[in-house]
Amino acid sequence: MANFLVWCVWLVAAFACLASALAVVSFRNPFYSALALIGNLASLAVLFLLLSGEFVAAGQVLVYGGAVMVMFLFVIAYLGDRTEESPWSGGPSWQIVGAVLAGGAILAEVIVVVGLEAGNFLSQPKHIGRSFGSPEAIGRLFLTDHLLAFEVTSIVLLVAAVGGVVLGAHARQLEGDARP
Amino acid sequence: MHGPEIQWYVILSAILFTTGALGVMLRRSPLIILLSVEIMLNAANLLLIAFSRLHGREDGQIFAISVMAVAASEVVVGLGLIVAMGRRHVDLDVDKLRTLRG
Repeated sequence: MANFLVWCVWLVAAFACLASALAVVSFRNPFYSALALIGNLASLAVLFLLLSGEFVAAGQVLVYGGAVMVMFLFVIAYLGDRTEESPWSGGPSWQIVGAVLAGGAILAEVIVVVGLEAGNFLSQPKHIGRSFGSPEAIGRLFLTDHLLAFEVTSIVLLVAAVGGVVLGAHARQLEGDARP
Repeated sequence: MHGPEIQWYVILSAILFTTGALGVMLRRSPLIILLSVEIMLNAANLLLIAFSRLHGREDGQIFAISVMAVAASEVVVGLGLIVAMGRRHVDLDVDKLRTLRG
């Protein structure tokens, strides 16, 4: 019974995930695309929960679905409606054919490899304890085994923040120059 | 483990990654390209967490959190560039930005 329920949840989440990803790629208006991406991130968080990654699922909703997407929506609202200027690829048709071929190649490659090579190996997950993926376990790993990754991440975020400020300040200076 | 095996997650992640890659290759608005890159990063995250569950170790989840931090930084810089483009009244079209082309 539990197995059936988990399958149902998985199917709904996977379908929502794929449908919202297609919506992100195909909407003309970036605002709707960003809203669809929020749905995509939320359904991915459900999948993370099924894989017992509780802390990552919470982080996904808070950081991605919250902070990053709000930033996206602010920028899209600031730039205004430019749907006329950003249509689908108007380039030569070989671009579209090449893109679809490349995408199909990635997909076929992964599915063939999974089907042929790793099928049996992938079907026996290890048994895990109750605390797997809890904030406590993740925090302990971050501060012991992966301390370097933790510190490097903080530097990456700092550099990105400085970069954002520099880009914004530069643009403001240009605007001031343009206005006499 | 209840529910689907890991290989279903791998296939789902492959389809998601392909969708994002098609978005990057086919669309011309830099905003939509950034959103498609987010989809690709999230497909990679799903795979990392699925394999972390398969091996019963949390290192994959640590990796996924680091990927989230890198994605947030990438969005900050990308959106900064797009806002700078918008303030210069440049068309938001990656095919028209040829100044850097060699």
